[in-house]
Amino acid sequence: MSILKQATIDAIKQNESALLTAWIAGLEQEGSLSDNRITRDEVSAQAKDFLRLLVAASAVGDAADLSRGEWAESRQFLELLSRSRAQRGLDSQHTARFIFSLKRPLFDQLQTTYAGDPKALSNEVWAVSELLDLLGMHTIRAFQKSREEVIMRQQEELLELSTPVVKLWDGVLALPMIGTLDSQRTQVVMESLLQRIVETGSDIAIIDITGVPTVDTLVAQHLLKTVTAIRLMGADCIISGIRPQIAQTIVHLGLDLGGIVTKANLADALALALKRSGLTVTRAE
Amino acid sequence: MSSMRSGTFALRSEQDVVLGRQAVRKLALECGLRLVDQTKLVTAVSELARNAVIYGGGGDMDWAIVEEGARKGVQLVFRDNGPGIPDIKQAMTDGWTSGNGLGLGLAGAKRLVDQFDIQSAPGQGTRVTITKWN
Amino acid sequence: MDRIPILRMGDFLLVTIQVDMHDQLAMTLQDDLSTRINETSAKGVLIDISALDIVDSFIGRMIGMISGLSRIMDAETVVVGMQPAVAITLVELGLTLQGVSTALNVERGMQLLRERVQNQ
Repeated sequence: MSILKQATIDAIKQNESALLTAWIAGLEQEGSLSDNRITRDEVSAQAKDFLRLLVAASAVGDAADLSRGEWAESRQFLELLSRSRAQRGLDSQHTARFIFSLKRPLFDQLQTTYAGDPKALSNEVWAVSELLDLLGMHTIRAFQKSREEVIMRQQEELLELSTPVVKLWDGVLALPMIGTLDSQRTQVVMESLLQRIVETGSDIAIIDITGVPTVDTLVAQHLLKTVTAIRLMGADCIISGIRPQIAQTIVHLGLDLGGIVTKANLADALALALKRSGLTVTRAE
Repeated sequence: MSSMRSGTFALRSEQDVVLGRQAVRKLALECGLRLVDQTKLVTAVSELARNAVIYGGGGDMDWAIVEEGARKGVQLVFRDNGPGIPDIKQAMTDGWTSGNGLGLGLAGAKRLVDQFDIQSAPGQGTRVTITKWN
Repeated sequence: MDRIPILRMGDFLLVTIQVDMHDQLAMTLQDDLSTRINETSAKGVLIDISALDIVDSFIGRMIGMISGLSRIMDAETVVVGMQPAVAITLVELGLTLQGVSTALNVERGMQLLRERVQNQ
C-alpha cells in the first residue's frame, strides 16, 4: 500500500497547476518572494520540481520513511535547495517555509477530493501532513549542515588571511602575530611559517608577538613546539616582543624556554639575524 | 557519529605496515584532512600497526570513514591476539618499552590523534581505537 | 636488491631516502652505512629525507643511531630536508632527535659539514 491513496495522487496530478498557483500565492503572502536574493521564477521552478518528486515517491513508497530508496531523489533535491539558500544567506525559516506552505493548498485540494468521505479525508490530511513535516525537517537539517559548512569555510579563510609571513632579508623570515591567539589559529600560523621556511630556504625565522595581549599554556606550548619543529628542519628561530605580562605568564606556568633566543623587539631580533648571517649594517658616509 | 564506509586491512608483516600507511593516507585525503593532520594520522598508524605486527604477532586494522555533523573523520581499530598489555597505564607513559626500544609508540600515537581508546589484558590481545577528524 | 643507495661525494657520503621504508630496509641501511664509512674514511654523512612523508619513532630512532654510530667512527651526520608536516608530527610524538644536526637542504647540509670538518 502506498502512503497516499491513489485518489489523492491522481488529484494532485490533475490539479498540478492550480496547486502550484495556490502554493506560490501562499509564499508570496508570507513575503517569501519579496526577497531579492531569490527570484520568483526560481521558486516557481523549484515548487514544480518538488511537487512532481513528491507525487512520484509517494506513489511508490509504502511508508513515510525518508531513509528509503524511493525518497532519494526528493532528499537530494531538498539538500541542494537548502544549500543554495544557505549560500545566499537566506535563513532557515525562509527555507522551511517553502515546504510547509504547500500544506494549505494540498489540504484544500483534499477537502474537495474527499468531500463526501470525512474518514478518508482525515486519514489523508494526516498522511500528507506527516509527510510534509518529515520533508520539512529534512530540509532544516540539510540547511543547518550547509550553514555549518559555510561557517567552517569562512573560518579557514580567516585563518589564512591572518597569517602574513614576511621576508625581512635574504634568509630571514618574520611572522608578526597580532591579536588573541587561540590554539587552532596558532597551529595554522605556525604551519604556514614552516612551509615558507622550506619554500624560501630561510635559515632564520623571527616570531614577533608584540601584538599578542596574552598567552595561555596551550599557546605557549605551541610556540615551543614550533621552535622545536623549526630546529628539526634545520633552521633557527628567534622570538621577539615578549611583553612583561607574557614573560610573567611563561615563568608562572613553569614553561622552559631553555635554548630559545628571545629579543625585546623585532629590530633587535633582525639585528641578531643579520649578525648570524654574517652581515653588518653601517651608515653610508 | 555515523559510519559511511568501512573495511578491514590485514596486518601480518612489516610490508603490511607500509601498505597500511598508504591505505590510511588515501582515507585521510578522502576525508579532507589537512596535510599536517594526514601526517599525524599516518604516523600513528605506523606505530600502532607495527605494535600489532611485532608484539601482537599479527593482527587486523578495521577502518571506517565516519561523519558527525559537518565533520568527517577516519576511525581505525587495531586488533591483535597477542600477549596483551598487563599494565596499560604504565604502557601509556612516555619512554616505556617492552624490550626492543620501542617506547614512544602508544603515548606518542595518542598525542597524534583526536580520540584514543585502548583495551588490553594479559592473554586477551590488544585493541586500540583511534579517530582523527578533519 | 632491496637497498637504499649510498653515494660518495669527496669526503662525504650522501643517502637519499625516497621510498616508504619498512623496518628491515632501515636496518640494512644502518649496516651498509657503517661499512661504507669504514671503507671510505668518510668525514661526514648527509641523509636527505625530503622525500619522506612520515618519520615514525622507528625511523627517528634509526636516524639517531646512525648519527651516534658515525660520530664514534669520526664522521658527522646531518639530516636534511625534513618536511614541515613531518617536523610538527615528530615534535608531537616526542621525538626531538637530540644530538642530530639538521639543515634545510642538501646544499646547506654540505656547507655545515664542511665547516664542522674544518673546525676539527
